[in-house]
Amino acid sequence: MEPLPNWKTFLFELLLYAALLVAYFACVLHYLGGWFKELFDHDRNLFAVMALVIMIGQTVCLEVISSFLIWLLRVKKK
Amino acid sequence: MYFPISGATIDPFYLIGLGFIIGILGGFFGVGGSFLAGPALFVAGVPMNFVVGTDLLHIVGKSMVAARKHGILGNIDLRLAAVMVFATIGGSELGVQAIEGLKRVARVDLVVGVATIIVLVAISIFVFLESWQALKLKGSRKPISQQTSQEKDKRAFKFIAHWTHSLDWAPKMDLPHSGIKSISIWAILIVSLVGGFFSGFLGGGAGYIRMPCMVYLLGIPTHIAIGTDLFEIVVSAGYGSFRHAMNGNVDVMIALIMQTGAAIGAQIGAVLTQYFNGPRIRIAFAPLPLIGAGLIIYGLVTGKHIH
Repeated sequence: MEPLPNWKTFLFELLLYAALLVAYFACVLHYLGGWFKELFDHDRNLFAVMALVIMIGQTVCLEVISSFLIWLLRVKKK
Repeated sequence: MYFPISGATIDPFYLIGLGFIIGILGGFFGVGGSFLAGPALFVAGVPMNFVVGTDLLHIVGKSMVAARKHGILGNIDLRLAAVMVFATIGGSELGVQAIEGLKRVARVDLVVGVATIIVLVAISIFVFLESWQALKLKGSRKPISQQTSQEKDKRAFKFIAHWTHSLDWAPKMDLPHSGIKSISIWAILIVSLVGGFFSGFLGGGAGYIRMPCMVYLLGIPTHIAIGTDLFEIVVSAGYGSFRHAMNGNVDVMIALIMQTGAAIGAQIGAVLTQYFNGPRIRIAFAPLPLIGAGLIIYGLVTGKHIH
């Protein structure tokens, strides 16, 4: 089991995550709405697949980016 | 912000805030949070047919974040999750079929409502009494960060789990990560089938039923039950949301925005579990099923169905 996380690192990670989410929200989600509506109206099966793929993709991408940035900052600090 | 799929207009910050609160609850208690998300989405103006499916889709993302964090903290029993996940999906399908059957023969709202209220109130009372008793037991004097999962998890009514472990139904398996030497696979399958059934029957992830069942019936330490339940919810909610999306009951944009807040909340909730021992987590969990029961009573009395 990993030791309890350092609160400073954890809070930093959260702030970074929050900043990424806001950027993502502004840039990406704004443009996805129309495309998803098209899919919803014309191909319900593809819509179901894409809904799940985008949800998992969003989760994984944000995790990977925030982990990478934290790793980069730690390397620089050392 | 206008959401063209469901036709609802909702402030995105409301969705992010809602996701954040549900994320903390989910990460800390190992539940999907549908008892809160469903009514909150409905109140915000999301049409009823979109509420359950949209909620399930956001649960997939939120539970992935929380499960990953719990995985890092050593709170996931992969052997247990692998056995549970198939029975959960099967149970979920059974629950959906049961609802369809009841629609044809009885007043489904009343039957489902009363059954749910009884189950939820019973769980709440049992969890409260047990954790209250467990808190009175003498525990380890080590700091919580140095305690093993078993030390962190004092339990008052251990005889139930002992009885389950003594069942001689082959095949049996060991769960070394959860500290269980031998348990019948059938016991695990029954618990997950029942959890899945309620998930399909009532909507949502039904973690408020499965998590206490894992702790009390299977004897899984609370922290590992939370992590493993979340891992399993990713798969079962994924299946459920896919089915709902095919039927046109998911507004993916609402779910994506909720998940952005939930992702942060889920990380906080998962980390917070490391600062509380099992009985304290369970006693905090006890009122949660009552919130769900209250909402169902409100729906039955007023005729307004918010979930």
